[in-house]
Formats: sequence, structure tokens, C-alpha cells
Amino acid sequence: MTDAAKTEPAEAIALEDDLDAAPPAPWWARLVGGSSIWIGMILVGLIAAFAIVEPSTFVSVANARNISTDAAILLVLAVGQTFIIITAGIDLSVGSILVFAGVISAKVMDAVGGEGTGTIVAGLIGALVAGGAWGLLNGFLVAKANITPLIVTLGTFGMALGAALVITGGIDERDVPYDLIDSVGTGRLFGEIPWLVVIALAVAAVFGVLLAKTRFGRFTLAVGSNKEAARRAGINVDRHLMKVYTLGGTLAGLAGFLSLARFGTTTIGGHATDNLQSITAVVIGGTSLFGGIGSILGTVFGVFIPAVLQNGFVITGVQPFWQQIAVGAVLIAAVYLDQLRRSRNR
Amino acid sequence: MTAGERTPLLEARGVVKSFGRVRALRGANFAVHAGEVVALVGDNGAGKSTLVKTLAGVHHPDDGQLLVDGRAVAFHSPVDAREHGIEVVYQDLALAAELQPAANLYLGREIMRRGLLGKLGFLDDREMKKRGDGAFHDLGVRIQDTNASVAAMSGGQRQGVAVARAVMWANRVVFMDEPTAALGVVQTRNVLDLIKRVRERGIAVVLISHNMPEVLEVADRVEVLRLGRRVARFERGNVTMEEIVGAMTGAIEHEKEKDA
Repeated sequence: MTDAAKTEPAEAIALEDDLDAAPPAPWWARLVGGSSIWIGMILVGLIAAFAIVEPSTFVSVANARNISTDAAILLVLAVGQTFIIITAGIDLSVGSILVFAGVISAKVMDAVGGEGTGTIVAGLIGALVAGGAWGLLNGFLVAKANITPLIVTLGTFGMALGAALVITGGIDERDVPYDLIDSVGTGRLFGEIPWLVVIALAVAAVFGVLLAKTRFGRFTLAVGSNKEAARRAGINVDRHLMKVYTLGGTLAGLAGFLSLARFGTTTIGGHATDNLQSITAVVIGGTSLFGGIGSILGTVFGVFIPAVLQNGFVITGVQPFWQQIAVGAVLIAAVYLDQLRRSRNR
Repeated sequence: MTAGERTPLLEARGVVKSFGRVRALRGANFAVHAGEVVALVGDNGAGKSTLVKTLAGVHHPDDGQLLVDGRAVAFHSPVDAREHGIEVVYQDLALAAELQPAANLYLGREIMRRGLLGKLGFLDDREMKKRGDGAFHDLGVRIQDTNASVAAMSGGQRQGVAVARAVMWANRVVFMDEPTAALGVVQTRNVLDLIKRVRERGIAVVLISHNMPEVLEVADRVEVLRLGRRVARFERGNVTMEEIVGAMTGAIEHEKEKDA
């Protein structure tokens, strides 16, 4: 370094290193980089395509209602799954927790007896507590016992379903109050929007804001991004992980209650693939399996893409089995794009 | 600079720390004053990292005393040390790469919205970004796009974010553990300039480094650790690289275990 360079004022030799710094991304690149936007465009494209092919049947209030009702319960599961995957975790147990919470809820309502709001609220609390307890167990084992989330939740996946089977003797509980089915299960807000859909979208909105705007969300992203950095920043990482898994379990409990309301039975055998469906939705929605990145809006799109495909294929006369092939391809493409994005950044 | 007569900002007296049978610190002394850059040097295993972690509240000393402004203190966690205005820039930087720079500056110490929203846990991201941009500007840390995540930044810029975070919160001492080890020539230059600018704010900087030319350029004083004890202190200007290396290797020893 020459003397002339040494005598330059401090401002002129500010901390800049143009050698390896990328220029700021233009606005369109940032839009495309924010993956929930392009996932939303795929959803809009799918809807447009089916609307062009079958305008009369696909584009109708009744059909929109069908699609969103089918997607509602999965959306509640996927919201919890989003938080867990953002911490670089995974929850395979959601479907079994749903079943277990549904069984507990049915038993509680049976014990309280009768119809009416009091019984239904007792059933809701029973479902939430039962789901939350399994979530807390998941979180404790992940955070305190340091067992990898895949194994912890694979274990509780079996345990929660097994416990549900032990309690019921393997026979679905069908004594669900008619008031519950009539209101939450099949009722509609303003006679148009199914309550199931209203509840699921409200859950998505509340937890979307929680993730994006609050300290709880910031800690969730930070723990998933760099656990050690979060710890050194004074965040109680173990406690936060337990909270996130408890949240996931509680939402699975809520999903169990909604499922009970919709079908009027505990549907014990019907949730073996809920975990994979919810993980698929979350990942299609742009949440990274490596942790630290994710949004609830993306998850909403990720839930609706398989639902729209299923419905659209049926309506357009394509064999609906194609849906599984299409969803699988979208999933792989989404993860590939996520990896591209990360390798570009590192 | 007559270091001995003023009360140090942070001082360690006769600190002992063992891990099992390994005696990492054997009565180490250390002191740092306001507005000075102290280089802490020593060979591998001399106890530099252990001393820094003890002074930053990560380790608890088995024996000895820590003093802040001449008053004895006990750090039970890094949070205690931070409350006394002591910050550390770790070698791995400890940044959450997926978050934006401002979110990293305020991680664990977020600014909340006023009123009810704040009580509900809502963050004031706009204020954090504004103050964060101000902090980067004041320190001369140039980041093209503070909306991008840290993952999109170069090594030098990440170092800038980590240093800015430490300086922003420190009002006494910033420890920097080999801040230039992973950097190129230009970036190293910039970090050294940054260290000088931090000193101008009256904050003490403790630089842990193996790079002797770097130490001689930026440090006002050099404290040499060997086998878990301070063996020598040098003032800027009347020390050569040979003397420092001699103290590191045991050829020169100024201080015996007098007050330990």
C-alpha cells in the first residue's frame, strides 16, 4: 500500500469489497426470489387453465366451496407444520395426533353428554389439550433429549395412533353431537362460506401474522437459520422449540376437532398420509427443509395446488390418479428451486 | 499511554479455569481501558479463547476475580456480560444467514411496536431497519441492499454486520476473535480501519490475532498469554515482532505469578 492511499480519509476506505459483492437484485428478481409469489402464480395459472377448459362446471361457487372445504383441515395441519419445518424440524405425527385428539374430543363430549354449546366447547378444549400434549412431548424429546425430529415424530406417529386404537378398541366413535356437525361441520357463514373454511383461513391469517410480524415468528426463523447464533443472542432455543412443537400439536388437535365436526366420526383409519400431505404443501409453498425460510401464505398456496389439481382433473375428465403424479413433480421442482436459490446465495 | 494509573474498564485478576485435568488458565491477569485496542496474543493452547469466554460470561472462573470499572462482578451467562456493555464478535460470526442484517443486529433484543401491539409481541421492523442502516453508515459498513438476507452477502459484508452488532450494543468492551482470519487483503484492511473507528468512540477493543503485522499496526498495547498466564505486556511503539514472539514461546518472561 502506498503512502498516498494511507492518508486518505476514513470515509473513503469504508468497508466495501466490490470484488465479490453482488449488486442488489432488481425488483422483478426479488419478486421471483420470494418463492410464495411464483407459487401463487402457478396456482392462478392452474385455476385459469381449468376455467378455460371447463368454464361452466369448474367456475362456480359450489365448486370453490368443494375445493376449499376439502383443503380446510389439511391447511390447519400445514400451518403448524410450517412453523416446525422453519425450525429445520419435521412432524410426522400430525395425522395420528389428529386422530387421537378426535377420539379424546368425542369421549369428552360423550362424558359431558347432550347437545349444545357447553358440550361442544368441552370437546374443543379436550381436542386442543390432547393435541398440545403430544406436541409438547415431541418438543421435549427434540429440544431436551436431542433426538432428531424425524425419529421423535415417527415414534409419536405410531404411539398416538396406537393410543387412539387402545382407547376405542379400534372402533370409530360415532356419537358426535348433531349440533357440532350442523354448525362447524356443515354450516356456512352468511349461508355461503363453510365454517370449516372460515376457521381454517382465520387460523392461517393469525399464524401468518404471528410468523411474519412478531418476536415469536422472528425467533422461529432465527432458530431454524442458525441455532447457535440464536443461543448466543440470548434466545432460549430449547424452550422455543418446545413451544413450536406444542403449537403444531395443538393445531393438529384443532384439525381433529374439525374432522370430527365434518365427518361425524373419528375416522381412525383415514389419516395415515396426512403428515406427507402437509409436508408436501409446506414445501411446495416455499418453506425450506433446511430451516430459516418460510411463509404461511406460501403454505396456503401449497395446500390449494393439490386440491385444485384433484378437483380440476375430475371435472375435466382426466383420470384423477394423475393428480398424485402432478403433485409429486411440483414438490420435486419446488425443492430443486429452493436449493438453486440457496446455492446462488452462498 | 499510562495504562496502570486509571481504573480499567474490564479487568481479570488471577483467573483460574480448568476443564477436567486440563488447566486452561492458571492465574491469568488481563486489563483493558477505555478507548484502547489491546491485542491478546499467544500460541495455540495459551488460553486466549478460554480467557475471552470467561470475560464474556460463557465460562465461570474456578478462581480469581472479574472487575468492571474496578468493581467485582460475577457473570452467570453471556447475557450478564452484555448487560455490562461487553460484546463478542465470534470467529464464526454467529449470524442467522436467512435473516436480514437489521434482524441480526437486533436478534434477541428486538425493538417492539409501541402500546398494545408491542405487548402482543409485534416487532417494529421499520425502526430496527432505520437504526440498523444508521449504524452501518456510522461505522462505514457498506451493504448494497439491506433488504437482502445475510446469506446473499460477501464475507467482508458479513464481518461488517457482526462487528456492527457488537459495536452497537457494547459501551465498554468489544472482543474480536480472529476477525480477519477468513478475509482477503482489501477486506482485512477495512476491518482494521473499522477497529480504529470503534476505538475513537471510547470503546475498548480486544483483538485476538495470530497476525503479528496486523497486531503491531492496530494495537495500542499487546498482552501475551502463555500456558494460561499473562507473561508480558508491551506498549505500542517500543516492541518488535521478535519480542512478542519471544514472549509467546517462553524465551522472554516479564511477569512472574506475583499477585495471583
